[in-house]
Amino acid sequence: MNAANLLNNYGEAVAMILFGIGFSNLLLQKNLIKKIIGLNIMDTAMYLFLALKGYIHGRKAPVVVDGVQSVEAYINPIPSGLVLTGIVVSVSVTALMLALTIRLYHRYHTLDLDEISARLKKEGK
Amino acid sequence: MDFVRNFPFMSIILSLFSGPLSSVLNAKWAKRLNTAVITAVGIMSAAVLIYVLGTGEPYVYMMGHFPAPWGNEIRVGVLEAFMALFFCVIMLLSMMGGSAERQKELEESKQNLYYIMVDLLLCSLLALVYTNDLFTAYVFVEINTISACGLIMIRQNGRTIEAAVRYMIMSLLGSGLLLLGICFLYDLTGHLLMSNIKEQVQILAASGEYHIPLIVSLGLMSVGLAIKSALYPFHTWLPDAYGYSTISSAAILSSLVSKGYIFLLIKIFYRVIGFDFVGESKVIHVLYVFGIIGMIMGSVSAIREDKIRRMIAYSSVAQIGYIYMGFGLGTAEGVLASMYHVISHSATKSLLFVAASGLTDASGNSRHFRDLTGAGYRNRLAGAAFTVGSLSMVGMPIFSGFISKLLFARAAFGHEYKMLPTLIALAVSTILNAVYFMKTVIRIYTPAEHPAEMAQGRKITVKEQPTKSVALVFFILLNLLLGLSSEPVTRLIRQGLDMFG
Repeated sequence: MNAANLLNNYGEAVAMILFGIGFSNLLLQKNLIKKIIGLNIMDTAMYLFLALKGYIHGRKAPVVVDGVQSVEAYINPIPSGLVLTGIVVSVSVTALMLALTIRLYHRYHTLDLDEISARLKKEGK
Repeated sequence: MDFVRNFPFMSIILSLFSGPLSSVLNAKWAKRLNTAVITAVGIMSAAVLIYVLGTGEPYVYMMGHFPAPWGNEIRVGVLEAFMALFFCVIMLLSMMGGSAERQKELEESKQNLYYIMVDLLLCSLLALVYTNDLFTAYVFVEINTISACGLIMIRQNGRTIEAAVRYMIMSLLGSGLLLLGICFLYDLTGHLLMSNIKEQVQILAASGEYHIPLIVSLGLMSVGLAIKSALYPFHTWLPDAYGYSTISSAAILSSLVSKGYIFLLIKIFYRVIGFDFVGESKVIHVLYVFGIIGMIMGSVSAIREDKIRRMIAYSSVAQIGYIYMGFGLGTAEGVLASMYHVISHSATKSLLFVAASGLTDASGNSRHFRDLTGAGYRNRLAGAAFTVGSLSMVGMPIFSGFISKLLFARAAFGHEYKMLPTLIALAVSTILNAVYFMKTVIRIYTPAEHPAEMAQGRKITVKEQPTKSVALVFFILLNLLLGLSSEPVTRLIRQGLDMFG
């Protein structure tokens, strides 16, 4: 709503800007490797957002040490769990994309997706 | 607790574990295992459907030992069980219809990989249908995407790999938006279980607090899933993916993968946000406009196409447009029509793909229209099946496509300002459908005159392709069943949608 609110939540704002950068890279870049980098920026921005949302000022990571079991001592563990799940998903998706890129590169000796499409059209198969 | 209640969980686990198991089996046994799993899951889903229809109310199945706000849940109503059963039937028939092609087109060492992908796809579809947890849904959306990508690229040529890359890029954009929407919603409500989120959203909606973030999160999730299910401007990967992959992949992708996402979107509308809130928001207008554009543009692209499978693929773009137009009406009747269209389009589109492969078999494997001349005489069953599918797509009475068009028109009636555009779009789209489907039907029933055209073609009898013929016959029967006894199906959908609320 107002500037002060934005300044207080600067972390979330940074996360959204990073998400936008990653998203537009994934959508608009021609180079496949740059697209994959965009994908990773997008996913990482999401983890930043989730981690910020789970953080409570002045509290510790939710790992029980020294027998302290009070809820008040720790941050919200669920977003951290979601980040872990998200990392697993994004690792596997990145691996798949890289494998596909290698296949395309072996076949066409270029990483430019538009050029590959143009060549496919010319082949007319 | 009745034993039947375990079946949804068991069917998910069964299909999940059959995937890794297939990796150590050879192609023959992997195929048998796959058929057995799909059949078993189908039977279990039918049992669950009968059970839920008997009790008349949905039930929640607790996963693990933690109760509602913390643990994970499966929720089963009439519509969920019916969709699981329906997905199994279509998947089994598509696998049967394409088994000869898979033998021919896939490398020997890769055949069992195909069945791993199909098993995992079935698992993720079942999980999407049954889960009551939004983040679990996201994870299974990703599994669905990865296995669908495998189905596209398992037949190795330049086109399919390029299509797989494009599919992955579009899907990842979609799932990025979906995940962001889910994070926003978690942030606003503090819950991940659908029923708990809905309670909180209703409180927020009533107080008017956080109105804009709620709308943003609804918009992100809708657009994300719309991108993944290939709504019009995001369909660029679709023609190559459907047109060049092996035939069961094309049938499964068009009739199951995209429909799984659409079903999840319906669940989000009803079970997460609440349909009243969705109906009042402006997000549905966006879906409506893109749906209408998709209906027209998909058909126009299909008319300009000169290869039969790419034409059917573009027709899918138009049909997805219909479904989103139904959501865009913002009424329960509109969603009912969309849901019926999901079912009718799944049944028809897989029929068309399998029938088209029968026709191309009889024409020297050429996909060009000019080589298909007279193919209906060379492979009579495939010709008849293609005609049935075409008539259903065009909207001829007694076939399922007619009922969905009727439901759309009925849902549009009485709508303040969306009635006229909807009816006009329906009429225009029907004519365009008729142009390209009837063009093909006339082409395959025109006797080939020049000897050169006949040279490539050969006659194919039913005995030569027994499994494909059986699949085609069942597809035709399914289509007629949906068309002739639409009343029980719509009643079922209505009951299921009521149970969502």
